[in-house]
Amino acid sequence: MKKLAIGLYAALTVALMVWGFYQAIYVAPDEQTMHEVQRIFYYHVPSAMVAFLFFAISLAGSIGYLACRRNRAEWAQISDAWALAGAEVGVVFCTVVLITGPIWGRRAWGIWWTWDARLTTTLVLWLIYVSYLLLRRFAAGPQVQTLAAVLGIFGALDVPIVYMSNRWWRTQHPAPVFGGGEDSGIKDPAMLHAFAWNVIAWLAWGILILTLRYRVERQHQKFAAQEAQDALEA
Amino acid sequence: MTSALWTHLVKDLRIEWRSLDAIISMLFFSGLVVVLFSIAFDPRGAFSQQIAGGVLCVATMFASVSALNQAWAREIRHQVLDAQRMAPAPGAELFLAKVLANFLFVSIVQVILAPFFFIFYNLHILGQAWLLALVLPLGTWALVANGIFFAALSIRSRNRELLLSLILFPIFIPALLAMVQATTAILTGENDPTLWIKMLLGYDIIFTTASWLLFDVVFHAE
Repeated sequence: MKKLAIGLYAALTVALMVWGFYQAIYVAPDEQTMHEVQRIFYYHVPSAMVAFLFFAISLAGSIGYLACRRNRAEWAQISDAWALAGAEVGVVFCTVVLITGPIWGRRAWGIWWTWDARLTTTLVLWLIYVSYLLLRRFAAGPQVQTLAAVLGIFGALDVPIVYMSNRWWRTQHPAPVFGGGEDSGIKDPAMLHAFAWNVIAWLAWGILILTLRYRVERQHQKFAAQEAQDALEA
Repeated sequence: MTSALWTHLVKDLRIEWRSLDAIISMLFFSGLVVVLFSIAFDPRGAFSQQIAGGVLCVATMFASVSALNQAWAREIRHQVLDAQRMAPAPGAELFLAKVLANFLFVSIVQVILAPFFFIFYNLHILGQAWLLALVLPLGTWALVANGIFFAALSIRSRNRELLLSLILFPIFIPALLAMVQATTAILTGENDPTLWIKMLLGYDIIFTTASWLLFDVVFHAE
């Protein structure tokens, strides 16, 4: 039953992504100054949104693990699986953001990269979560979950500071699409339409991968627990 | 100051006083970094004023990693670390004692290194020199407090020495930026370092509090 639900959801996701691709490439109007390269925005921004959402899930999982690890072992394991899945899939989406950004920047700004507030924050965020994954790889034994949860919280603590420090330093990235100033945001309804479809499609895709990764990690935990139990009884 | 903290602090200072391992290795290493940077970038005139702050901070950062690793690694011998874990004294005091001791070591290295630094880079301070006495300790504290915490976190992992740098450096980035910006502002006298000093102070408070609160979790992780 569960497998059928995931299969149906996967089919829906693929359909959404095809529709999103069609919207972004064929339906959305050409941008006045940047022309075709602006279409990368339909992939860049949704990926960034999904990455930030998943890092937030990872943080929630880390906090949940630390809160539950003493008295509710099952919940703690579930939280830890979410923390790991969120960080891993988040890093993948963040990588997409960091690749698509410079491709756009080369055309729009004439440079691949600049040390602006949002670019630097995203890069540092990526570095922090890669170090999180490295910790999970290098640290062995049962304490790795606790250590990773602590690092997850430290990493999240660092992000607003990095952002503020870079804002004081220098900023070049365009104003936020939502919640920016008067001139920011998408004006053309057709563009907004295509953008919304792509956000939905990429979010659906991200959740699919996240759920699969979560299930794999849960299986992994169950095997590890079974092995420990067998070793104890042998 | 409680007795547990004092005992740990005195013990660490005594070990260091007898061996001078951390200070000598840090001093030589940071000296090497300064020399290597001056060969790589050929600092002369105004350019040396611009990069000197960055070189000093990065040299301190690289050098301190060796001492930070040693801080916990020397406790592994004879199962001292396990004994400390079982001791009824709160782990936070052990943490603070380690931070204070290593803060002192890194500061000593900076004080000895500073004259050579000024000679090699032909520096003259155009801003308010006394502010350096605020910026460098604040930056060093950020480095050492985080470093001791993450060293404790990575002590029981495979290739822990590498792991410490991999975890510490990304988290330390905003503090490094603030430290470099403030030092450069003081050296060149072109802009006001106040904002960056405030930021360093904020970073120190936030991360020292977080480490203090979470240290027991990391120390007793099993």
